[in-house]
Amino acid sequence: MAQQQPAIRMRNICKSFGSVQANHNMNLDVYRGEILALLGENGSGKTTLMNMLSGIYYPDSGTIEIDGKRVNISSPKDSFDYGIGMIHQHFKLVNVFTAAENIVLGVKEKGKFNIDAAVERIKEICDTYGFDVDPYQKIYDMSVSQKQTVEIVKQLYRGAEILILDEPTAVLTPQETDKLFAVLRNMRANNKAVVIITHKLNEVENISDRVVVLRKGEYVGEMITSETTQQEMTNMMVGRQISLNIERPDPEMKYRMKRIVVKNLTVKNREGVTKLDDVSFDAWTGEILGIAGISGSGQKELLEAIAGLQPVESGSIEYMVDVDEPVQLIGMDPVKIADMGVALSFVPEDRLGMGLVGSMGVTDNMMLRSFRNGPTPFTDRKDPKHLAEVVVDELEVDTPGIATPVRRLSGGNVQKVLVGREIASAPTVLLSAYAVRGLDVNSSYLIYDLLNMQKGNGVAVVYVGEDLDVLVELCDRILVLCGGKVSGIVDGRKTDKNEVGLMMTKLGGGEAQ
Amino acid sequence: MHITKRKEMPIGQAIAIRLGAIVVALVVCGVLTACLTGLNPVDVYAAMLKGAFGSPRKIWVLLQEIAILLCVSLALTPAFRMKFWNLGGEGQVLMGGLASAACMLLLGDKLPGPALIAVMFVTSLAAGAVWAFIPAMFKARWNTNETLFTLMMNYVATQIVAFYTIRWESPKGSGKIGVINQASHAGWLPQVGPSKYLLNILLVAILTVLVYVYLKYTKQGYEISVVGESVNTARYAGIKVERVILRTLLVSGAICGFAGFLLVGGTDHTITTTIAGGRGFTAVMVSWLAGFNPAVMVFGSFLLAFMDAGAGEISTAFMLNHSFGDILTGIILFFIIGCEFFVNYKVRFESKREVAEGV
Repeated sequence: MAQQQPAIRMRNICKSFGSVQANHNMNLDVYRGEILALLGENGSGKTTLMNMLSGIYYPDSGTIEIDGKRVNISSPKDSFDYGIGMIHQHFKLVNVFTAAENIVLGVKEKGKFNIDAAVERIKEICDTYGFDVDPYQKIYDMSVSQKQTVEIVKQLYRGAEILILDEPTAVLTPQETDKLFAVLRNMRANNKAVVIITHKLNEVENISDRVVVLRKGEYVGEMITSETTQQEMTNMMVGRQISLNIERPDPEMKYRMKRIVVKNLTVKNREGVTKLDDVSFDAWTGEILGIAGISGSGQKELLEAIAGLQPVESGSIEYMVDVDEPVQLIGMDPVKIADMGVALSFVPEDRLGMGLVGSMGVTDNMMLRSFRNGPTPFTDRKDPKHLAEVVVDELEVDTPGIATPVRRLSGGNVQKVLVGREIASAPTVLLSAYAVRGLDVNSSYLIYDLLNMQKGNGVAVVYVGEDLDVLVELCDRILVLCGGKVSGIVDGRKTDKNEVGLMMTKLGGGEAQ
Repeated sequence: MHITKRKEMPIGQAIAIRLGAIVVALVVCGVLTACLTGLNPVDVYAAMLKGAFGSPRKIWVLLQEIAILLCVSLALTPAFRMKFWNLGGEGQVLMGGLASAACMLLLGDKLPGPALIAVMFVTSLAAGAVWAFIPAMFKARWNTNETLFTLMMNYVATQIVAFYTIRWESPKGSGKIGVINQASHAGWLPQVGPSKYLLNILLVAILTVLVYVYLKYTKQGYEISVVGESVNTARYAGIKVERVILRTLLVSGAICGFAGFLLVGGTDHTITTTIAGGRGFTAVMVSWLAGFNPAVMVFGSFLLAFMDAGAGEISTAFMLNHSFGDILTGIILFFIIGCEFFVNYKVRFESKREVAEGV
């Protein structure tokens, strides 16, 4: 491959944001006809590097060559012109437009615009690569996976020769991921260059030809995928030896009792759409109860209902103080629940929009749920400050200081701050939603360890997850939601991800009734 | 041209940039003055300084102007930190002032001096608070747009004051109330020290510290910050958002009412529809310029009050009208706000050809 001309050659790229050096002397070559995986922990600079190719950021120094020619990419338009297409984590589509309208949006062609001709070309692209897109379907009618497909077709329609995908599988089911990978292989066969950013090592093994590893904004090395192992990739990424097995200690018998008993819970959202339909289950002390389901199947509503944040249509949620001492949680707000002596921690999905205050530092965020403590009208910042130091120290939060606004931290560090605070309150129930979403391997394992530690302390842990491999490895039992209904509760030790994946779709799509 | 965010800038350099901006602003204003009026800009600037600091009386008036503007800015700030855009400062000040004037007129000969002042104080705060509470209630209950609502409340307040001005006019037919209790001084705040303005200035100085502490160190101040950042986070933390909105606007309105009390009881001893003098709007600028930090607002208030005093002086000294002073104020503000960009970002110029040549 060395004699081949690289499609992209980046040399000595530096980029910093304020005092944060996101990329330092970064080098990267991408060749045609290969799929390159970009691997690195949160905040290692993968997305920043790719954003400089897509014209969103401009490097402080360094050079970029496309097909051997020195280029200057200073806007997304320049990037298009050089044939670079990027699929971002958050899709950039117009909801009320059809797939075809979104795909042709912003394309400047001479002559009169002809949507039928465009649709023909879209179909052609779909046939070549094996996409499944209805050009006339509106975006708001589409699943996440379909929207992603539209994004990819859009880039190809515009003539992208180099495709960059930023964590494309984070929102997909295993079946959808397989489909995406088949398409990417077709592109490789068509001599296009594909760069994929991902945290999931099995996917790196599955799809890529070559892996480039970044750490703390620097290039650390690269490997031919077929000649390496997951363990080797992880070690290089983290910079030291770490274990890749998720532990699952057996629940301690001395704690065995039901802690949360949910019966016939029905929840409608503000628009009156049923999000949870007659859901019943128990969460036991000293176990991790996993909750699986396609995103939007009612996971969010379920956790928020237990936490006292979601109005409930009917049913009951009981917190068992002791074996025969239930407390009804429905109708109580979070403060009342806490006042009742119910120790409930909640790690919500929307970290900065719900769990933390982005503009505040770690210290001020530590007191978000405890600032009322103390008899005076003044806040006490001594204990939160101490807690902040402990969390930053023990969970290895990478921050310039405990007063730095948490918004400026990377995703993994934000999550550590949130989980650290929730665990610090010594809960008896710990609810977590997508606790490792967007987190790198190292941070993810740290979170799993923390959850297991809570389980060992007799806490009833509820873990809403999306990675089925993790769910079946970590959880004692898994409740599978499908369109707001319970499609089954399985034993984590006896099931596998295919069974869970099928149960997620068994009731037929995301439609509730 | 490429713009990148700077690293933390050393404080000395930041101050140098800001001072530089003022110098550039003065040069631009000077050129403009020379071109438009044919006057020597240095004379004009000297006159402005003289207008603000020319005599002890002028200095006292300047300090009083700073104090009242600062007071209204402090009032708006808790609401602003909550992202509740209270543009009703004008009306809330008016209602506070009207309450004070009403007490002086109606109770002036019925209550002993200290009791009257206490009643004025309480009713002014209450009147301002009610005027802010009404839009807050609509916002909390039905999520109405507070910007328009508070703005409209200003006009209602102006008309109410106009109505009572006619009802209580003295002497009859003059169309204004005139100085209330001229003989008895009932309800006039006592003079402390050498100037009748000193008491107002001291009270606002204390208020500045109180608001600073309230926002930074109290549980209620913390709640305000959380609600301002994200309503969802506030709910998650068990904060009752509606209650915080209502409570904060009561505080905001009450401080506006206090400004009205200081104006009527402390200096003017009368009420007119223009007693707030646009400070309800100028204060919006002061509060924003200071990044909602009460300590920094002292400087913003000083700048605006100083420019206003200077503008008044040059309009009389050089037969220019007040608008010319406002033009200069606008230019200087533009440069001061604009230079913050250069404090936060650095700009690099680079042509495409240079890149291609690998320079």
